[in-house]
Formats: sequence, structure tokens, C-alpha cells
Amino acid sequence: MSRLDIYPIDGKFGKYGGRFVPETLMPVIKELEESYQKFKNDSNFKKELEYYLRDFVGRPTTLYYASNLTKILGGAKIYLKREDLAHGGAHKINNTLGQALLAKKMGKKRIIAETGAGQHGVATAIACAVLGLKAEVYMGTEDMERQKLNVFRMRMLGAEVHPVDSGSKTLKDSINEALRDWVTNAQTTYYLIGSVVGPHPYPMIVRDFQCIIGHETKEQILAKEGRLPDALVACVGGGSNAIGLFHPFLEDANVKMYGIEAAGESITSGKHAASISAGSEGVFHGMLTYVLQDENGQIQTTSSISAGLDYPGVGPEHSFLKSIGRVQYDAITDKEALEAFIDLTRNEGIVPALESSHALAYSKKLAKKMNKDQIVVVNLSGRGDKDAEVVATQKGAMI
Amino acid sequence: MMISESFRELHRRGEGALIGFITGGDPSPKISQQIIETIAKEGADIIEIGIPFSDPIADGPTIQAASNRSLNAGTNPQAIFDIVKETKSRIEIPIALMTYYNVLFKMGVQNFLTKASEHRVDGLIIPDLPIEEAAEYRELAEKQGIDTIFLVTPSTLPNRLKDILNYTSGFLYLISIYGVTGKRDDVSQLTIQSIKRIKPYTAGTIPLAVGFGLHKPEHISSIIGSGADGAIVGSALVKIVENNLNDSIKLIEQISTLTRNLKSATLPKK
Repeated sequence: MSRLDIYPIDGKFGKYGGRFVPETLMPVIKELEESYQKFKNDSNFKKELEYYLRDFVGRPTTLYYASNLTKILGGAKIYLKREDLAHGGAHKINNTLGQALLAKKMGKKRIIAETGAGQHGVATAIACAVLGLKAEVYMGTEDMERQKLNVFRMRMLGAEVHPVDSGSKTLKDSINEALRDWVTNAQTTYYLIGSVVGPHPYPMIVRDFQCIIGHETKEQILAKEGRLPDALVACVGGGSNAIGLFHPFLEDANVKMYGIEAAGESITSGKHAASISAGSEGVFHGMLTYVLQDENGQIQTTSSISAGLDYPGVGPEHSFLKSIGRVQYDAITDKEALEAFIDLTRNEGIVPALESSHALAYSKKLAKKMNKDQIVVVNLSGRGDKDAEVVATQKGAMI
Repeated sequence: MMISESFRELHRRGEGALIGFITGGDPSPKISQQIIETIAKEGADIIEIGIPFSDPIADGPTIQAASNRSLNAGTNPQAIFDIVKETKSRIEIPIALMTYYNVLFKMGVQNFLTKASEHRVDGLIIPDLPIEEAAEYRELAEKQGIDTIFLVTPSTLPNRLKDILNYTSGFLYLISIYGVTGKRDDVSQLTIQSIKRIKPYTAGTIPLAVGFGLHKPEHISSIIGSGADGAIVGSALVKIVENNLNDSIKLIEQISTLTRNLKSATLPKK
């Protein structure tokens, strides 16, 4: 088998990915790819990005041994990759700083982004504030209502928030609107996409900027345990935190990987966001990948307690890794995620994001079935302060 | 009649082509059928029918809203195929379908094209399918005798333009501006310059039609006067549907009037 880290080849991961965009964007995504190839190996660019990641974001984030949780479960040792400690409270900043710096080098002064829960919007606003760029963020009106705090955070950081009232008024529609803006203003505008989705080269660029998660994890686990982990677990919406953790381990055949989607109420209820587990192949937002769609190819609306996983598609590299069996994909319900949220909060004193709680819930099941000398690394992709209101409502409390 | 024949005949008469776009199945299959036949009878030379898609990224608010209305009315690709066949059985006019690639992909590209051909579809416009991803589609469409209408923009450079022309049949679709579908106040200098720049590459081989933003007779005459072989009007017709959802008589009247006025602007100057 060929190496798994050589993809994408000509914009594709196997048959997945590609560039399904209006003609107006073709010269723009080609320019982006050329600029990226030029700057990613440029020593000044790398130095500048390293500087911001270290001194501004606070990297490396720690790899924390969750000893209390491990003891309770009585199985494999559970380590948490603490992306919740990154500036802004999630892994999102790794990508936004990388892309914002790239945009700046390309001479683009106006940055547009989409956001669902608001985490990518906030991370974009932060990166643009520190680099002196203008950020405009598209956000569904439904999401704005659900995530008022993040709307305010973005505005405080100097970003302009554009309400999106079309379609289901959530993440997929904010991406549609950002794409329409980009088609209109491509000459002056950089589209800073928030996950490993969209047309080539985005799934590659975002992955590359997120791979720092996996590289650090590898170094840290070798230092602590003298060997590689037996399993990696991460949640998958678009899939950027998961690919960031997995990618540096793809060639390590003994490291098993689990990508965990949102099963919402349940897969059978139809109210979920599990594109790989319950979807089919389709072409959406510029890529060929697994999507949730009806028999006529109309994209369906999704449901999850976690806004960050509430997306009817998934990064094409995940579809590829699923097709060759390198990563196993499974799904966790709202209820299981909520339990894992409370568990970690009580037992380890860490409030995880509801997105990351899906990975935690799965790791609990997994670790129990493993031996005590085995190791599981869970990507704790973000912190859960933003979810306090949702969790309170679920628990019947008012805040 | 095929698309190329239609252009040839218009060329002989010294006319430009009026291509009328409407979202199929909006607001209902029955009224949609009436609208399409009205556009055809009142002078459009080619009809372009949109198969609605849930996430139309190349479209502005007017056609987005029409797509939603149509989907809510239960429209699926088969319903649009049926409209095409019904129209073609009554009126001799070429019909192209516009939709997004996932609609073909989900049905199976081969299957979609076979059905399209059986229902007498003459051409296809897929705005999110650039030539890089279109090899299989083009080959299969050619076998079914369906024209593959590709799009170019004011920023398309000569080398790419030549590659796109190799994939294109029926006519070449020039997007008039940078942006999505929807009315614009004026025909911009960019549009006129683009027509003049691209025309030498198409003259004598394939018709050049311009779309996005056009909605007044003076827009049409300015486009045709600059060398385009045809003008595509969409959002202005779709907007009439939106404004008359509860009055189908007024809806048809206004569609008739606009189509007639637009067509008159494609006629040779006396």
C-alpha cells in the first residue's frame, strides 16, 4: 500500500475531495494553492507562525494523564490532549492563525469566514485582530440566537457579523453565504474556512495547520510512556481536530484511530449529524465526500446538542480513511455526550466542550475493553464554558 | 430543434437569442408548466429550467427563494423531466436544464443523462462543475446527444478559455460579472469588455450567450450590440413568480409582457 501521508494527489484523497466550485472561483483556488505551496516552506513564514503559536496561543498544549477517570473505568490509561488550553479555548486557533498569516502574505486585507457555534468565528476574529486584518463572519440567525455570547465576543474583537437568514439558518447556510461573498469579491477577499472541508486546497491547508496537535502528542507520549499510544479518539464534525491528531500517526500501523460523530437523538431517529456513519457519497460545498442527503440529492438538516458537530458533510480525507479502513468511525448520542461532559467535569476538574465530550464518551467505552497497560489519547478539542447554557437547559437549570 | 440549430436560424435572421430561465416546479408543477409555455410562446428562443437544489451557491436570494418554494412543493428531478417532455410535445423549442452537480451525482450521472435524453432535454448547465471534474460527465452527455454548456467569467484567461471551449457544446455561457445570479442596475463596462475579449475565440464555432444580472430590454440590446449571440434572463422572471404567488393570472400576464419586451430587444435595429 502506498503511504497515507502523500494525499491529496491532484486535489483528491482517493476519489474524495476535488474542486466542485463555480468557474469564478477556479483561478482563485489555484492562486491560493500556489501561494500556500510557496509559503509553507518559507522559513520566515514558518518562524512567524511558530512565534504566534508559542507566545500568543500558548503551545505546546499539554498532554494530561486523566488518572481519576482511568481509575474509575479500570481499563486503558487515558491521556487528554489539552487543546482546550489553547488561546480562544479550542484547536480552531491553530488554523485561523495559519490561514490569516497566509492571507496577509498574499496581500489580502479582507477576511471572510463562516461559523456555526461561533468558535471558528471567534478564532478568526482573534487571529485577524492580532495580525491587523478585517474580519467579516457569516453566521446563521438560528445559531446567533443559540450562541449570543460568541456573537458578542466576535464583535468585541472587531469582527463584523453578517446574519444569514437563508435555508436552515445554520452552519451549512453560513458556508453557502460565505461562498457567495467569495464568488463576488474573490479579487480582494480571502475565505478563511474553519474545517477540513470545501474545495481543494482547503482540506489540505487546514489539515496541515492542525497537524501540530498530532506532532506534539507523539513527542509528548514518547517522553511520558516511551511508546506510541494504542488508540486515538477524536470527535468529527467537519473533522479538523481529528485529522490534526490522526495524520502524524497514519503510518504507525499499531495505532488504532476512532473518529466520533454526533448521533444526536439517535441514528434511527434521523435527528443526528453522522455523515460518515449514516450518510452517502455526494458533492457538497466543493467536495466529493459523505453527506446527509435525501434520495434526490437534497442536503438534509442536522441535529446535535453540539453546534460544532452540526454539519451535514465531513472532510474528504475522513471519507478516504473510512474507505480504506484506516480509521474507524462511530457515533455518540447527545445523552452519552452529556454524561461524559459531567463525568470529566466532576472527576478531573476539566470542563470539556460538548463536541469533545463525544470523543470522551466513546473513549470511556473503549478504555473499559482494553488492558491497564494500554494507552488511549483523546483529543480534548475545546473547553466547555460556551456550552454552560445548553447543559443547564438539559439539566433543567436556569442561568 | 437543437440549441445549435436555434442559434443558426436566429443568426440567419440577424437576431440575438433570448434565453429565459425559470426555476422548475415553482410555485407548483402545474403553474410552472404554464409559465414555461408562456415564456416559449411569447418569444424566448431557448428555455433554461432550473432543477432546484437545497444549497445553490451560485444563486442570489431570488433564485434561492424559488428553489425553496419548489422543493417545498415536492419537486424532484423526475418532475422537471416530465415538464420538459410535456413542453417539447407542444412547442418546438430547445430546453436546457440548470442544476448543481449533486443532483446528477446522486441519481448516477449515466442514469441522469439517459433519463434527460429520454425526456428530450437538449443541454445541461452545471455551475459547480468545472472542467477539471467533468471528463466523465461530458463524455456520457455527448453519447446521449445532450449539449454540455460550460461557463466562463470576466477573469477567465485565454488558455483556460480554450480548454473550456473544448468541453463546451450548444453555447458558451459568459457570466457577466463577479457574483451570483440576481438583478443588477446596469450592464457594466466589465461585461462589455469581456464580450469583446471572448468573442474572437467563439466566432464561427460556438454561440456566446451572456447571463447574470440582465433584466431590461436595454440590457439585452447592449449585450447583443456588443457581439453576444444571446442573452439569458432569469431572476427577473423568477421575481414575477415570487410577487404573484396568489394570483396566477397576473403572474402569467406579467411573464408574457416581460418576455415580449425582452425579445423585442434582440431583434435587428430597423
